Amino acid sequence: MTVAPSAYVLLSAVLFFIGVVGVVARRNPLIMLMSIELLFNAANLALVAYARAWGNNAGHIFAFLVITVAAAEAAIGLAIVAVTFRRTRFVDVDEASALRG
Amino acid sequence: MIAFAILAVLMIGSAVFTVSAKRPVYSVIGLLANFVCLAAMYLTLQAEFLAVIQIVVYSGAILILFVFVIALLSSGVRPFDVGPNRAPYVIVPAGIFAVLAFVAIALTTLRSQVATTATPALGGTTGDANAFGSTANFGLALFTTNLLPFEITAFILMVAVIGVVLIAGGEDPVTGVKRRRKRSGKRESIVKERVAS
Repeated sequence: MTVAPSAYVLLSAVLFFIGVVGVVARRNPLIMLMSIELLFNAANLALVAYARAWGNNAGHIFAFLVITVAAAEAAIGLAIVAVTFRRTRFVDVDEASALRG
Repeated sequence: MIAFAILAVLMIGSAVFTVSAKRPVYSVIGLLANFVCLAAMYLTLQAEFLAVIQIVVYSGAILILFVFVIALLSSGVRPFDVGPNRAPYVIVPAGIFAVLAFVAIALTTLRSQVATTATPALGGTTGDANAFGSTANFGLALFTTNLLPFEITAFILMVAVIGVVLIAGGEDPVTGVKRRRKRSGKRESIVKERVAS
């Protein structure tokens, strides 16, 4: 028995909302970045599920591009976290308010 | 079906663990479990190349980057592990919003034609050379139809590398001072100096 794509899409939605809660509720910048990775992966799961449903390769290409962008985002985000931590020693994103207008 | 159920439970559990863990290192472990389960999920969707990429890029590269940053930062003066939490203020509105949005997504998904029909059997099974989602199939699509997005991907990665080097290494972007300072204080030499006699 095969699983309908809707099951994959609903699982992807659940993972996405768990990630959103992580981004909103946590204030540790590293855990926020990890939650963003969760969001990327949830989107990827939906893309791959629909690619399988249509029998079309384009979803795989899209997921590949998303993985690339996620890698770039993780590298730059971690660099910013490291530099900010070295300067101000924060463990809380609310303390990093130097750019507040 | 059974594989999907097991993997779904594991993925949701590890995602909740990632979000709710006290220390970032535990979060990384939860995220690792999530990524491995997602790779297995890709295999059930006949996306074998993406499954390998998932393991190599995410579990291999990105998570190692996270681990290194955690290890570097938590060796400082303050313990980095316990972060404060905003959860008491946002959990009720976030819960309401999540339930509403999930119901909307579920209704839309269940009403769409392609999502509810059983997936058609595609030519070839997983493991065949030219099956759907295999490396040959994926590479052919990537290098012929989607060559321009592939090149743009390379450009994005190059920009990211240059940006990371500019942000984290070399000169301080504000003061223009080189980051390599002289060490203050004397170092103890490993070889003991001879007592002048």
